[in-house]
Amino acid sequence: MSAIELRNVSRWYGNVVAVNDVSMVIGPGVTGLLGPNGAGKTTLLNLMAGFLAPSRGELTVGGRPSWRNPDVFTTLGLVPDRDSVYAFLTGIDFVRSTAKLHRLVDPDAAARRAIGIVDMADAQDRRISTYSKGMRQRIKVAAALVHDPQILLLDEPFNGMDPRQRLEMMDLLEKMGEEGRSILFSSHILEEVERISGTIQVVVGGRLAASGDFRAIRRLMTSRPHVFLVRSSADRALGAALIGRPAVTGVELTPRGLQVRTADFGTFARELAGLCRDSGIRLREVLPSDESLESVFAYLVAQ
Amino acid sequence: MSGLLNPVVLRITLRATLGRKRALVFTLVPLVLIVISVLLKLVAKSPVWPEEFLGVFGFSVVLPLTALIIGTSVLGAEIDDGSVIHLLATPVSRLSVVFSKFVAAVILTIVFGAIPEFLAAAVARGFGDKLGIGLLTGALIASVAYNALFVMLSVVTTRAIAVGLLYLLVWEGLLGNLVGGVRVLSIGQYSVSVANSIVHASALNAHLTLQTAIVMAVVVTLGTLALATRRLSSFSIKGDAA
Repeated sequence: MSAIELRNVSRWYGNVVAVNDVSMVIGPGVTGLLGPNGAGKTTLLNLMAGFLAPSRGELTVGGRPSWRNPDVFTTLGLVPDRDSVYAFLTGIDFVRSTAKLHRLVDPDAAARRAIGIVDMADAQDRRISTYSKGMRQRIKVAAALVHDPQILLLDEPFNGMDPRQRLEMMDLLEKMGEEGRSILFSSHILEEVERISGTIQVVVGGRLAASGDFRAIRRLMTSRPHVFLVRSSADRALGAALIGRPAVTGVELTPRGLQVRTADFGTFARELAGLCRDSGIRLREVLPSDESLESVFAYLVAQ
Repeated sequence: MSGLLNPVVLRITLRATLGRKRALVFTLVPLVLIVISVLLKLVAKSPVWPEEFLGVFGFSVVLPLTALIIGTSVLGAEIDDGSVIHLLATPVSRLSVVFSKFVAAVILTIVFGAIPEFLAAAVARGFGDKLGIGLLTGALIASVAYNALFVMLSVVTTRAIAVGLLYLLVWEGLLGNLVGGVRVLSIGQYSVSVANSIVHASALNAHLTLQTAIVMAVVVTLGTLALATRRLSSFSIKGDAA
């Protein structure tokens, strides 16, 4: 059975439409909910967790509607994006309390198991107020996992984590997905989720813009046209050399430098330096000029 | 009834409420009541100063404000800072959440408001006097009914303290003195009338019969707790696009 199902779900506040006619099915494995800030990711997660009523449409978690139904949390775990926890508690106390709220038979064992999963045993006896951002994130995950839920929702779990913590969190999500759980996390940075396999749902402007396999989306991302601004000691000569390369699809001389369009970002990046060295041109600056998230997502939407 | 009071929620709430800066305000209440009572005992000329200070002032200012600070923060502070989501993302029933928060607020108000009233009355007239028993009983009613109201306000509005103050100043304070009918809907009158049924002192300025006071206090408590539960069941978090 699919873990989470949305059928034509919309949510609006007055005249502002936050989620617009979204249908999706989230099943076992890892699913990424991607989109720029303000796209409606948090609204979608709140709808799924029952912290918001759909204005229209149907939404079920494990076959049951989640709105006004706290019982969904017997099979659902939620890691909210806000950092507010009971900071005066120790890590183990917080997770154990959550276990007791779930009325688990052995809250202590469940808390130790969950803390083991997120690798926080060393810091479990410290107050949460002394934790770093990454540690808080992990203790929140432990609390959300303590009742061994089949479905886990994580809102921006990689926010504020350093690269190593991020990799560890991705591995953890992967592992849980392989165990047959349905893991849904949101993120506004495509690059930060590059290691995760599975499916993604791209949300832009409250609408479901694209969905599919992570690898396919990643391929689209690397093969999409990139525009760079290149400044060198001899722009015109460099432009002439560049246009001869298959990876380059267009060159324009501008007062600020060369505007170079490429269809193959990787090859271009490798060739540019060698080309300059061979022709004795000094490279001063290479700036990606369309790397805003919106342009990336807009490109994905168009595909 | 089993499961209505959640011990985990109760324990965390007591710790959280005592740990906030606001706790400084209500932990000073016992000190203030008892110190002023000692001073008044030494200098006051009026023989009914305990009724006027501990009864009228205590029941219209000290107890309601203590309950206001405590009752709006047991659940309201967590709603404000978002940590309530860790509690709501569990299968604990919303009725149980509201009730446990309410019980925490009542316990704290009794400790920092009702019992100090009793001790201050003992300073004034000694431990065996009916004044202390009457004020304690009335203060227990106040602790229960005010906190039910203020917990409800903290679920219904983010400006619970302001709304609560308006209720105390305008409704109970101003209209309660000018319009007789308002007294039937005034928690201050319920508590002082219950106290008066034991103390029997006109200086307490009580206007309701014992029966009316108790029935109305029960109705207000259950009604506001039911409303709080209803509203917490529809607790919504606005998302990023809002």
